[in-house]
Amino acid sequence: MRPVYVVSGGVSKFAKARPDKTFQGIVKEAYDYALADIGIEQAQFFELVDGSVASYFSDHFTRQLMAGIMAQDYLGLCPKPSHRVEGGGATGGICFQEGWKNIASGYMDICVAFGFETMSHVETWKGNEFIALASDISFDYPVGGFYSGYYAMMVTRHMAEFGTTVEQLAHVSVKNHANAFYNPYAQKRQRLTIKDVRSAPMVAWPLTREDICVMSDGAACVILCSEEGLNKLEKATGKTYPRVVVSGIGRGTDAMRMSDRPHQSFDDFYKYNALPTEETDEARSYYKDLWKKGFRYPGVHSFRAGRMASRQAYQNAGITDPLTELDFIELHDAYTSSEIQTYEDMGLCRYGEGGQFAVGGKTFMPGIDYGLKLKDKPECPVNPSGGLIACGHPVGATGLMQGVFALWQLQGTIEKHFKDPTLQIADAKKGAIHSHAGTGTYVTVSILEKAS
Amino acid sequence: MAKKVPQRVEDNMEGTTVYNIPFPTGDDLSILKQMSPIVIKFPYSIDYNFSYGQDSPFFAALTNKRFIVSREPTTGYTYATPRGHDMYTGKETEWVEIKPEGKIHAFTTCFFGSEAFLDQTPFILILVEFEGVDTLFLGRLVGVDPEAANIDWIGKKVKGHFLRNSKLRPTDIYFNMVD
Repeated sequence: MRPVYVVSGGVSKFAKARPDKTFQGIVKEAYDYALADIGIEQAQFFELVDGSVASYFSDHFTRQLMAGIMAQDYLGLCPKPSHRVEGGGATGGICFQEGWKNIASGYMDICVAFGFETMSHVETWKGNEFIALASDISFDYPVGGFYSGYYAMMVTRHMAEFGTTVEQLAHVSVKNHANAFYNPYAQKRQRLTIKDVRSAPMVAWPLTREDICVMSDGAACVILCSEEGLNKLEKATGKTYPRVVVSGIGRGTDAMRMSDRPHQSFDDFYKYNALPTEETDEARSYYKDLWKKGFRYPGVHSFRAGRMASRQAYQNAGITDPLTELDFIELHDAYTSSEIQTYEDMGLCRYGEGGQFAVGGKTFMPGIDYGLKLKDKPECPVNPSGGLIACGHPVGATGLMQGVFALWQLQGTIEKHFKDPTLQIADAKKGAIHSHAGTGTYVTVSILEKAS
Repeated sequence: MAKKVPQRVEDNMEGTTVYNIPFPTGDDLSILKQMSPIVIKFPYSIDYNFSYGQDSPFFAALTNKRFIVSREPTTGYTYATPRGHDMYTGKETEWVEIKPEGKIHAFTTCFFGSEAFLDQTPFILILVEFEGVDTLFLGRLVGVDPEAANIDWIGKKVKGHFLRNSKLRPTDIYFNMVD
């Protein structure tokens, strides 16, 4: 495999509705930004780019099949090769990795990965219905298909298994909304308190409206390159670009129906799923105790796909202790609870410790007053951008948005793009992006690093 | 003589009909860049001919007020939600009847929902675990106050009841707490 670099990216403004443009126009907004940021015009770029990957989740929202090629056409990328990917909420993350594959395999030197969703084309409740069609329509959807309901069931199990509290969930909401306050691309820029989160309208007990991401219209675009591709761009523009390399990717899957999730034994967990940080005697003893209390893996409280994606990405990137080695993570917080579950999957803490970990402070940004008492200093900020909860979740764009924000962190250019330095993580060298689908059915993790 | 065919489309009042959207009268069209977007509404409805395929016996059982699950014949691994082939051995499963009595593994009360279920809110979703069955079953819990959702519900015993008039949906069975 060849090294793959992320050279540029763009994000459209995420909003509840973008009737001002068609989906092609919104993609063009993100694409033009990415081109402008490396100082290249379309005509010149067209001579160099090898192709693209398109990302959008639901044909229902657009009521337009082959929307990917319509965006490709509008961007002026025809007749270059392209294909569309779809994998629920992880569509953007999968797109990023398919772009990576195009480069790593030698098939392309320069590849555009773009994604979008225009969810405002239907009312919110119809949108919920479309999203719920990403559950088994024979056995899950007809019972009351509603993704917030599915995730709320995971929460109640997490609470029962580990004593996780609703206040711990609310800490994630306060953190991500406060971060987004400094991100002009975000849809919800709010300062909330724990009380605000808990007193918001209840959606699916115990998740309130402030525990859940919103539907959005938006697009994002990432340009991936080989070393040769970077050289071509630099030769064409006369500029030198910072080297940000994708040092590892990982992807995992799990049963579509949450009810089918296995309940693995301790031995199988250690055989298939454990991370290097869990290979100590102390960790084994901790998990042995959990199993004695009736814990089974992954159950409905944990995402085996997230763990497998993390494990693979960490192996590829040579990461053994993600909490200390990663400078930040942009992860798929469609729900406050899923951020906590993902802390455990990604090995920032052990399974069962996510609630306590969420209130400790290690995932918060330095220099921001959250109005919370946090005992630990920030160590690995999670969702410095504000995540899905605050930025919005135009599904096909989300995983790519994470890629763009991660790139800007590693370039040290957050202030340039956000017009505010607050969210810049000082001297960020390594970060992860995490994209997640369904009830944890497809998950991608990609590691980005500032190349030395 | 040539056949006479219509030379124009007749106006009608179907769908979206608008009058007098402002438009520049002269040659300068640059102001159109400031125009508000036009948003139209249209319906979209489909009747599907959907087959339950290999899972059909499960629904036939519900209509007969019986509850069947899928079991791998050699390992005995049993799925509460029908599955034609086992995820470990790849072998075809067999149907086994069980009593629909179990415990709440996880639950929620939905105060909002998809459009199709909005008129049913608040409703309670539960994942049920059955003795001797390796996976769970998603169902509705009725007979308790949805607003009284409490974490203590987890582990409570539940018993399935069947709709008198089957709808050929998994909701042909629903659950009550028994203690």
